Amino acid sequence: MTDTRLIQRLDPKGLRLAPSQVFGRIRLVPVLRDEVKGDLRFARRDYSDAPLSVVALEGAPTSRGLKYVSYIPHGMVVSWGNRQAEAVYGTRLQAPEGKKVKVGPFSVRLLHRMVHREDRNQLRMLPLHLAMEGFLALHFGGPDIAWAEYSREALSHGLSPRVEGVVPGWASSALDGALRTFEVHEQQVGLLLFNADELLSAFIVAHPDDYRLLHRTLLEDFYGDLLLQYGYLLEAPELGLSLDAKRVSSMEDLRTEVARMRADWAAFHGFMAGGLFGVEVTSRKVYEAGPFLLQHFHTSLVPSEENHLGEAIIGPDGTLEYLKTYRLSSAQTRRAYLLQQLAASSWNLEDTAEELGSTKQELLLRLHNAGFGYLLKDHVLEEARRSKARGS
Amino acid sequence: MAVAAEVRIEQVAREDLVMFVNACFSCTGQREFYGDARGQSVSIEFLHQYILGNYRRLYRRTLAAGINHFNQAQIILNLLAVGSPADPVERQEEGALIAAALRGLPTQRAFRVLESLRSRHINNRRARAIAREYLAGRSNLPFDAVKYRAKLRAAVVHGHLKLDGELGPFLFRGWKKRVYTQPLLETFRKAHFAQEALYELPYTVAEGLAQKHGVPRDVFLQRIEPRLTQAERLRLQESAAREGAVEPQVDLSRAPLTKLALYVLSMKEEVRKARRDELHTALERASARVLARAPATLGRVAAVLDNSYSSSGSLQKRRRPLGVALASHYLLSASAREYRAFWTCPVEEPLLVTARGQTDLATPLLDALAWGAELVVIVSDGYDNDPPKAVAELTRVFRERLDPGRRTALVHVNPVFDAEEYSPRSFGGAVATVGVRDAEDVPTVLGFARFAEGTASLAELERYLSARVASWLERDARRNASAEASVAPGVPVVGVEEGEA
Repeated sequence: MTDTRLIQRLDPKGLRLAPSQVFGRIRLVPVLRDEVKGDLRFARRDYSDAPLSVVALEGAPTSRGLKYVSYIPHGMVVSWGNRQAEAVYGTRLQAPEGKKVKVGPFSVRLLHRMVHREDRNQLRMLPLHLAMEGFLALHFGGPDIAWAEYSREALSHGLSPRVEGVVPGWASSALDGALRTFEVHEQQVGLLLFNADELLSAFIVAHPDDYRLLHRTLLEDFYGDLLLQYGYLLEAPELGLSLDAKRVSSMEDLRTEVARMRADWAAFHGFMAGGLFGVEVTSRKVYEAGPFLLQHFHTSLVPSEENHLGEAIIGPDGTLEYLKTYRLSSAQTRRAYLLQQLAASSWNLEDTAEELGSTKQELLLRLHNAGFGYLLKDHVLEEARRSKARGS
Repeated sequence: MAVAAEVRIEQVAREDLVMFVNACFSCTGQREFYGDARGQSVSIEFLHQYILGNYRRLYRRTLAAGINHFNQAQIILNLLAVGSPADPVERQEEGALIAAALRGLPTQRAFRVLESLRSRHINNRRARAIAREYLAGRSNLPFDAVKYRAKLRAAVVHGHLKLDGELGPFLFRGWKKRVYTQPLLETFRKAHFAQEALYELPYTVAEGLAQKHGVPRDVFLQRIEPRLTQAERLRLQESAAREGAVEPQVDLSRAPLTKLALYVLSMKEEVRKARRDELHTALERASARVLARAPATLGRVAAVLDNSYSSSGSLQKRRRPLGVALASHYLLSASAREYRAFWTCPVEEPLLVTARGQTDLATPLLDALAWGAELVVIVSDGYDNDPPKAVAELTRVFRERLDPGRRTALVHVNPVFDAEEYSPRSFGGAVATVGVRDAEDVPTVLGFARFAEGTASLAELERYLSARVASWLERDARRNASAEASVAPGVPVVGVEEGEA
């Protein structure tokens, strides 16, 4: 039985886009919500004191098992339903979480699970890392049939260790300036982030007050390589829409025309974000939080299209309550695509090569170039390389 | 052909000058919300050099246009740096303008100009004469020698000036070496050894010495209170409260309008609510005082005021755009027959306004136009982003279709200088944009707006400037004469001066 709250395609129902604010090459598009229910709230939890965090995906934090390792500057605390609004004087509102261990001069934070229930109505999650973990875990088990080409490690440990590189927000001074000078709307609950008019990320929460507090955390989050690409493009073009003077003969007309201008802006930004909203996505349930469903998803992973992965919370009536996405770089897309194709042909190299319209030797080299050489036996790779050299 | 070229030359000259005067009203070379300090200072420096090189006569006359202190100081320095003009009439006018401008500057700024003469290596006969004349005109030089010791010393050394009496030894022979008969100098000497003498000194000097004696901050603030100037009192409010000292009493009835507005905006909302009536009256009185100095009677006026997040200004100019908007609100409501204010983010009580939200100028502007105002004054930094460029389009269509006869005047008053455009950011051609530093300038810039609009010719602009020069010089001469008359032999020992920024 499938849950209707699992997203097939992202639908920004109940959300509105406002005209963008441009700072250099960064364009920020505010997302507004007209009807705020206030039964789902988000708060930031600071983890910046440890330069590295280790998240135990299975088992206890200190025991053996699958781990996710990354720099995690902050987590997000999600609470729903009736909130206890009052606290006794002197209460520590932010209890320290997880365990910190010293490793040489550094300290490492040990966290238990990506999503951790802390109270009856409260959840701690690691924003975007949740989605990234879901992405890294795609076909993580490795070959399920022991084809002769795969190395022993690949057959016994799967893809482990699977690594992807990302860019932190503060690597781009333009993003810092853009977030600093951005003027937050009163009803704003989210933001679409474009660099050189390429959609990089979308971030939407449920309540405007939460957004106002979380606005600056966007600088600490991570983005795809596209944040640094197009660095020489100094300015995103100004999109000047004009009013039609011919249609104006009274003050009322003028008012209507300005409203039309506003609508045009929203429609245009909707079009610009077309690579994320309205395309088909593959989603997987992560956690059921009362009436809300936390899930992560990714788009088609076809290398020629723009690809996003993200996490979302959908309310009982199907509204999008929370969204955070990450734009995959083209290399990351290629890797995911290769894995997807391999898995579809149950990791048989010949069949996959046929599917992709190439030869097995080429596929082997392609896997190696994509960074999956460690899955293959050395002599198989060597042979592929030699046959390439002979062929050319 | 030649006529067309001449018309074009005149147009370029007019545009350059309007741009320059506008920049001189608003720019202070400090960081703004969108622009950094470096960009601002590079931009304004270039403008100064450009105008000085091409339109020297108008450059010096800009001194009298009511521009801000920073740019007055820049003009003085640049004029002194290039040497005096050959023509005796021009030389005379330039000298008179520089001397008058220097006298009109707040003391600390004037001394800073004299000090900058040294750092910029400007040392010609005229520069020395200007410095000599300025020091000769100071009513209480011993006080200056204590309060601005390093600057006065720099000016005297650099200009080869002679100082009378004990001032020379005080500044140059080491103040420790002797006992002075001049009471303030003696107090300064004593204050290095005795705590009690501290409290006879100006606050800025006493502050460092108090640190040396290890006087607790709250005790020091309490005892120095009578010596505080008005500006220092305003400035110390918050830090005094933080240090646990009693906040110095502020005489709200004496504070200038924009300063007062900024002071109000620095308070928390509860405090503003609690003191609402008092602050409201003070702001009204302050705007009445401005209008008494520069009378302006306006008809049906609508103000479109920007209280978006960007009006919070920068670290260096905290909440200045918002402060200018609030002060303009009071000033316009006092000078207009009928008045209504339209804020971008509507506020019930103007005193409780905060910098928050996006810049949606289109909606309040539409309301203001629908109300049927004769004059619409937009106070904004010129960045409208909801939707972008809406004001430019709206005013263009309004002029084209609904008001071709220009019944409604539109003026955009901009407190923020845009370094990249070399002028305050504008809303397109249909609205005249003028720069301001303080809301007190608003009556002046409303007079200047017709040049910004482009309707008046260069000749008119020249007449306007020379009329301002004449009245300004005359006023300065009168003030100078009265000041000299009042400098009797028995001057009061400590002059309390009004710091103005």
